[in-house]
Amino acid sequence: MIEYELLKIIWWVLVGVLLIGFALTDGFDMGSMALMPFVGKTDSERRAAINTIAPHWDGNQVWFITAGGALFAAWPMVYAVAFSGMYWALLLVLFALFLRPVGFDYRSKLENTQWRNSWDWGLCIGGAVPALVFGVAFGNLFLGVPFTLDETLRSQYTGSFFALLNPFALICGLVSLSMLSAHGGAWLMLRTDGDLHNRSAKATQIMAIVFLVCFLAAGAWLFFGNISGYSYAVAVDTNAALNPLAKDVVTNANHGWLNNYSTYPITMAAPIAAILGALLVIISAAKHKAAASFTGTSLMIVGAILTAGFSLFPFLLPSSIDPTSSLTMWDAVSSHKTLGVMTVAACIFVPIILIYTSWSYYKMWGVITNKHIEENSHSLY
Amino acid sequence: MISESVVDLSRFQFAMTAMYHFLFVPLTLGLAFILAIMETTYVISGKEIYKDMTKFWGKLFGINFALGVTTGLTMEFQFGTNWAYYSHYVGDIFGAPLAIEGLMAFFLESTFIGLFFFGWDRLSKVQHLGVTWLVAIGSNMSALWILIANGWMQNPVGAAFNYETMRMELVDFGALIFNPVAQVKFVHTVSAGYVTGAIFVLAISSYYLLKKRDLPFARRSFAIAAIFGLASTLSVILLGDESGYELGDVQKTKLAAIEAEWHTEPAPAAFTLFGIPNQAEMRTDYAIKIPYVMGIIATRSTDKQVTGLHDLMKEHEVRIRNGMVAYSELEKLRAGDRSPELLASFEQNQKDLGYGLLLKKYTPNVVDATEAHIQAATKDTIPNVAALFFSFRAMVASGFLMLLLFILATWAVAKRNAENKPWLLKFALFALPLPWIAAQTGWYVAEGGRQPWSIGEILPTHLSASSVSAGDVWGSIIALAAFYTVLLIIEMYLMIKFARLGPSSLHTGKYHFEKLAANTKEAQS
Repeated sequence: MIEYELLKIIWWVLVGVLLIGFALTDGFDMGSMALMPFVGKTDSERRAAINTIAPHWDGNQVWFITAGGALFAAWPMVYAVAFSGMYWALLLVLFALFLRPVGFDYRSKLENTQWRNSWDWGLCIGGAVPALVFGVAFGNLFLGVPFTLDETLRSQYTGSFFALLNPFALICGLVSLSMLSAHGGAWLMLRTDGDLHNRSAKATQIMAIVFLVCFLAAGAWLFFGNISGYSYAVAVDTNAALNPLAKDVVTNANHGWLNNYSTYPITMAAPIAAILGALLVIISAAKHKAAASFTGTSLMIVGAILTAGFSLFPFLLPSSIDPTSSLTMWDAVSSHKTLGVMTVAACIFVPIILIYTSWSYYKMWGVITNKHIEENSHSLY
Repeated sequence: MISESVVDLSRFQFAMTAMYHFLFVPLTLGLAFILAIMETTYVISGKEIYKDMTKFWGKLFGINFALGVTTGLTMEFQFGTNWAYYSHYVGDIFGAPLAIEGLMAFFLESTFIGLFFFGWDRLSKVQHLGVTWLVAIGSNMSALWILIANGWMQNPVGAAFNYETMRMELVDFGALIFNPVAQVKFVHTVSAGYVTGAIFVLAISSYYLLKKRDLPFARRSFAIAAIFGLASTLSVILLGDESGYELGDVQKTKLAAIEAEWHTEPAPAAFTLFGIPNQAEMRTDYAIKIPYVMGIIATRSTDKQVTGLHDLMKEHEVRIRNGMVAYSELEKLRAGDRSPELLASFEQNQKDLGYGLLLKKYTPNVVDATEAHIQAATKDTIPNVAALFFSFRAMVASGFLMLLLFILATWAVAKRNAENKPWLLKFALFALPLPWIAAQTGWYVAEGGRQPWSIGEILPTHLSASSVSAGDVWGSIIALAAFYTVLLIIEMYLMIKFARLGPSSLHTGKYHFEKLAANTKEAQS
């Protein structure tokens, strides 16, 4: 069997892959719906936007569900502490997500304008709110969240929902919201035509500019602001089964979260990719080049998520009030056996999933026009 | 220590959201297969009417599916939000089937459902048929993995406690998958889903037959539902999960509670058809008993005993006392003592650690429990007998009523005279709630009967909850209840609207209301 230490690293990578998979696929569902009421002026335009993702949103959402399942299976402590601690933030995401499956299926089942407008705003919330909250949550990881573990490893969270909404975290929320909105806008550029396409290009460009500004601002804050980074005081045996409390953690207010970049300069590729991606979007959206814009937003997403992962590594959930309780990918992880079993499952199923998902996109590909909507009014969303 | 009110509120929220979720799941499981059967008939026979049937029942499937997905999200995240200690304590085992469920089942079902709805013009006939089957298989596989997870809560095999990391860890993945409790639960649950799908189609088709409209469409739908339903009902009843009740102490206790068997009877035990269980006095008032039947059903034999609750409680008391020893040894291990004697002794006693943890409800230190605490904890090891007794009987009664319906309906299909039997059509129509009654009461039996454990004999429910405030849980209960109520009203409105409209909602021009409209127009011009 593979070494425990290597499996821990594999699962850090795999959770990252699931998060990136989620952001790349469900990301454009959320982003395009966040923009939909603004870029779609007529009912047909809005339906065109919705029907670009109609066959795919449910499959895409499974990246999110599986990421949740993988978090539970691979890092049970993180799943337990984060979800019970950030209780209301998580419920807010859930309530927003509730609006999507019903919104998609029910919206066009009745002709009533008020009914349809209400669902349009529901779908907008279902896209925008989770995108915002995910970013806010990540922002709070950098600041540390207020929890402690007792000796039976029961967690106690002492923060409140509103404490999550601090300026740094809100900037991170904007990073994530603008990033997914730009991605959704680029998706609409690819799959629609006419006015809807033009307005989407405009929105994509604006969102990429917002992303670039906020991403750089968050980086500058980490560099110049006095946000403490966390690190191990004494190295631990990363190949062992570890109790999270069996470690010493020090905090370092001198741009401590950026140490990994000087230790491993190759990791600088992540923030650079995010910045270059944003620049690519800003240029190509102006020229209405859909494929280049979508490539750019994809690069932004991969770069930004990796930037967060590389900065925090090996920490997953730092505790602001008791650094020793912090959870890392070395000690908040499942047993050797479980990681082994799950690795086998992932190696078998992820390639199969990628194959049939690609097939479904290939089959459903094409520009959705207003005419197509009007001709198939009763079978489309 | 967690307050009792947080535990009770969290249980209420979980029960509420799980039962609500399970309003939609069984219909998805069953209707998916019915759609696949209809479309297979279409592809083989080439008759358009079967395509219309697939599309129309698919529309209703979609309305139901949307809420199934919505409410399923809550289920996945609730372990973390409200059962954080549970998630830590058993996540190593319980999380894996959930993650694999995502990889193996949800992706399949959810990717292909998009092609099912929107791929009619983009895929060849055979490709689309394949897609429909994959949706059905995907939804059933998700049932398999979630029931493997649930089966492990009932009968936790293949895992061991690790005192270093203070949690249960996986030792045998094969045992987890092939857990017999999980296997019988899977067969029982998906068959119940098929019955739900069949009743749904049967009842709505009967409505069209009663209204004398779209007869060829309704007749064919009725026939498929009747035959599929009969086979599924027989499967639910014959493969009822009583056979799993011999395994593990929790299942034994549940069985004794369902049957209100207070005292061990000589084999084969009598079956209490009806009575009023009295938990305080530990007897059943006004009992009507049928000799031998229970022993035969429960043990599949005439010589094995079904242990009564009195005897089970005696066993539990011994294990609670031993659990106190295990707990004190764990404290020493945690303090750093690694002497071989201690390790060997803990190895012996740790199987009762969970019973020791039952005392945490009364005294946080466990080891200083008084005699009164031990007696109270022993009492706790028995679930609410009257609630289980009646729920079980409601489930079984619904099951047999549905069996009767399907026998009559299949007979009518064979004789081709269902339309001439309005009483049968009305029976079918009014039977619509039965599968839901059976499913909800059945889940109550399974999960209420598991109490006081969240993981049988390992982790008590009251230790599993998150350290959140009662106010937070009240808030989420109210928000969820409000949200769910609104969604249910919308769902029911659309479902009834489209069920009434029938295949005319496809806008093919071939069905009742459209013909009616066309005729009126003709008459006017």
